[in-house]
Amino acid sequence: MPNLLHVRGLKKSFQVSSARPGGPKQTLRAVDGVSFDIRAGETLGLVGESGCGKSTTGKLLLRLIEPDAGTIEFRDRSLTTLSKKELTALRREMQIIFQDPFSSLNPRMRVGEIIGEPLLIHNLVKKDEIRDRVVQLMQTVGLAADHYNRYAHEFSGGQRQRIGIARTLAVQPSLIIADEPVSALDLSIQAQIINLLRDIQQEFSLTYLFISHDLGVIEHVCDRVAVMYLGRIVELADTQELYEKPLHPYTEALLNAVPVPDPTRARKSQLLSGEPPSPIHPPQGCHFHPRCPYARDICRSSYPALETRASGRQVACHFAGQVGQPT
Amino acid sequence: MSAFFREVLWQKLRRNRMAMAGALIVFGMFVLATIAPLVNNDPGAIDIARRLQSPNWGHPLGTDDLGRDVLVRILYGARISLLVGFVAVGIATSIGILLGALAGYYGRWVDVVIMRFVDIMLCFPSFFLILAVIAFLEPSIWNIMIIIGLTGWMGVARLVRAEFLSLRERDFVLAARALGARDARIIFRHILPNALSPVLVSATLGVAGAILTESALSFLGIGVQPPTPSWGNMLIAGKQTLGTAWWLSVFPGLAILITVLGYNLLGEGIRDAMDPRIKD
Repeated sequence: MPNLLHVRGLKKSFQVSSARPGGPKQTLRAVDGVSFDIRAGETLGLVGESGCGKSTTGKLLLRLIEPDAGTIEFRDRSLTTLSKKELTALRREMQIIFQDPFSSLNPRMRVGEIIGEPLLIHNLVKKDEIRDRVVQLMQTVGLAADHYNRYAHEFSGGQRQRIGIARTLAVQPSLIIADEPVSALDLSIQAQIINLLRDIQQEFSLTYLFISHDLGVIEHVCDRVAVMYLGRIVELADTQELYEKPLHPYTEALLNAVPVPDPTRARKSQLLSGEPPSPIHPPQGCHFHPRCPYARDICRSSYPALETRASGRQVACHFAGQVGQPT
Repeated sequence: MSAFFREVLWQKLRRNRMAMAGALIVFGMFVLATIAPLVNNDPGAIDIARRLQSPNWGHPLGTDDLGRDVLVRILYGARISLLVGFVAVGIATSIGILLGALAGYYGRWVDVVIMRFVDIMLCFPSFFLILAVIAFLEPSIWNIMIIIGLTGWMGVARLVRAEFLSLRERDFVLAARALGARDARIIFRHILPNALSPVLVSATLGVAGAILTESALSFLGIGVQPPTPSWGNMLIAGKQTLGTAWWLSVFPGLAILITVLGYNLLGEGIRDAMDPRIKD
């Protein structure tokens, strides 16, 4: 499969004011050198704890936030050097679905206007055909046509997420960045939205970057998974391989943290202790070493590069081979 | 906007008695100002034979030293006050929204320049600034409205800027940007309609302030010029005869008091209704 998106060395840091008033500003490295490819037609998962930079990565790809460094190539065209005008044209190709269906829809606009706006912006259909097209989009995502004149706050979370999905489909994108699209929804609704995402993926041959902290959802929907920790990708592999045999101790810990609905089965190893360290002062060496059961001296001094192994899997750990057999 | 008003604001507002009293006054003043020409189409009709009559059946609020009916003049004064109030606030709000939106949306140096200009404008005591400017211009009702408008936009600009600062980071704004919407569309279609609630409060209270300022200027003789009736110049005209003909000053004064009170009650009611921390 050809690569649709090609990301290399993406970096973004934010200036945050000091804890003490008047103190020097501090630098928060939200995304610290992230590289990956997304293949056309696949669903790439991006997992990690809160604050590890997954959402920031998603927004950087769309240039909703300007990256500090790194390159993004979409269909072999560099996104990072585009002017505003060229960017607008490319915006049709890449879209985003947000986590919170309550803040992602303008409360002062009717559903029909929300879904029809992208058609208007890009002149996709004639003015008098907008309504028909919007109704068609609404039906695609499972909304009734008579919802056209309602306001977003009249809908439930799941319905609102459908409205958001219809809005992104209006521009007929090829890549959709789904930023925790189901995390704010009830479990029963989550399944519906995930099925909808899968249906439209097949119907419109979409490619997804699926950002989530929910490993269960990720396993269900993704072809490949990238695991992020403190602004960096620590492991990237096919979903099945990653879940069967994690190579990075952090991936292993995450998988162990997933509750197993079987009281007779004991946990394989201990749960991860502690909080992720502050991205303002990341630990020396491997960012994960303070919480890692395999950590040795080298982990405290040097950060392991993300290396491609013979199997095609990528992992950033000095002791990748030993995960699963703690010393 | 409309759905929000119907459901949230109106429901809360309706239960607030003081606010409804204010709304009634505001509405009543509109009706009175509208029907003034039906009551009597000549507020300047002089009738020396009936000068300085105390309130009676023919002249419910009495007559002045030229025999003009005080009630009719107060009704016509209401037209002036409301006109000044709304046009001045309209000017102030338009400027405030525009500059506040630019400062809040673009940030950086645009924000710095605009907000420092706001600070400078706020340094002048606004009433003395108005006095100074009026001294150079013809004291006409249009000049008054423009001057009050040009010196009253800073609060609105700050409000709108603050709203824009928080709204521009919201997901629906990011979504609009991801869809390729231009700045103008994002500002006017997505952010501004969501930023108008506090402006509504400020505008309602601003009408009260503008009416007071106009009255004060007219009282000092540099506002609306006689014989055009305004509550302020009626107040000063009654000053000489305050001991003998109290009705000349008391009724215009009451008109100012009630109207300003009405707008303040309504404005504060709207503010409370929009504050999620205040439960009914």
